[in-house]
Amino acid sequence: MNPRNDLGSQSFVLLRLGDRRFAMVASQIAELVAPSRVFRFPHRTESVEGVILRRGRIVPVCDVSEKLIGKNLLTRRFYLIAVRNYGAKSEWVALPVTGECELIAAEMSPATEADAPYVAGWISHDGNVIEVLNIDALTPGPVSAPSVCVPLEMQEAAT
Amino acid sequence: MQFPAPSKSPALRTEQIILFRVSGQLFAVSSGSVQEVRSVDSLAGSAAEITAPGLKKVRHIVRRGDKSLFVVNAALHFGLPVTSGLLVFVLRRTRTALLIDGIEKMSTMTRLQALPQAFCNEERTWYRGVTALDQNVIPVVNPEGFLTSEEIALLEHSPTPGASSVKAAGSSIGSIHEPAE
Repeated sequence: MNPRNDLGSQSFVLLRLGDRRFAMVASQIAELVAPSRVFRFPHRTESVEGVILRRGRIVPVCDVSEKLIGKNLLTRRFYLIAVRNYGAKSEWVALPVTGECELIAAEMSPATEADAPYVAGWISHDGNVIEVLNIDALTPGPVSAPSVCVPLEMQEAAT
Repeated sequence: MQFPAPSKSPALRTEQIILFRVSGQLFAVSSGSVQEVRSVDSLAGSAAEITAPGLKKVRHIVRRGDKSLFVVNAALHFGLPVTSGLLVFVLRRTRTALLIDGIEKMSTMTRLQALPQAFCNEERTWYRGVTALDQNVIPVVNPEGFLTSEEIALLEHSPTPGASSVKAAGSSIGSIHEPAE
């Protein structure tokens, strides 16, 4: 083992959307789950499909395929549940993916100004250059601190 | 020997809710927020038409004593296919009378979860949050989220051309019924 090669090495999860593969930093992934019932209700946020129930949490399902590969997914095999930061808070977000996910170690090259905002960097794997996704830029969220949040006097009352 | 006093687990707070349907979609509202439930027929006599530019969801105003309530078509508010509403919720401490399709049932909510931050548009004012009930996830509406203060101001200054005729007709049930698309 060459220690110099491991200095910049990080763990990534490779995910598949259609024919393309993308990567996310492994520490941002909570779990990979089989598709379950998506509960839908009226809203005005594009790319949020609905919510799933997971371990008592209500997790929004964000289909990012249109943004990443230019078309919606016809099939989905799993939901990759990622941790999305909203300022000091973080929440789970479910991303539909079309194939198995893989855990790898690689070194990331940082993104440049020419890259899309949702690209955190690049890794090289199996002869391919793969975009590392920035989940915070990829999925919707408040532009600034949420000022219109309704107080939830009953939130977490059961705990 | 003294034993420490048993720690009391915090009492489970619950809230009575009314589950109601609008265009096939289930919603919940706190029963404490609903002052009255009226049939459309029973309100028709006191309803007048109102036209506010750019505000299609309100087509009628109901006089209740010295107060005017604006009838908000819930289907139009939520962007759902319009159905002919049958019931009206008079929402407490608001100017809103909410036109809905029907009541599903009464229930009890033990936990209201915040709307995930991924929902970042108008829906944040529409809902207090969501609750899981009987393996279903139901949005809990915010009674104050149906009309903004700007919309209320607009409605207050809008003409009510059908007022006299509707009052005279009295039994004009169709005056509040919305045409189904």
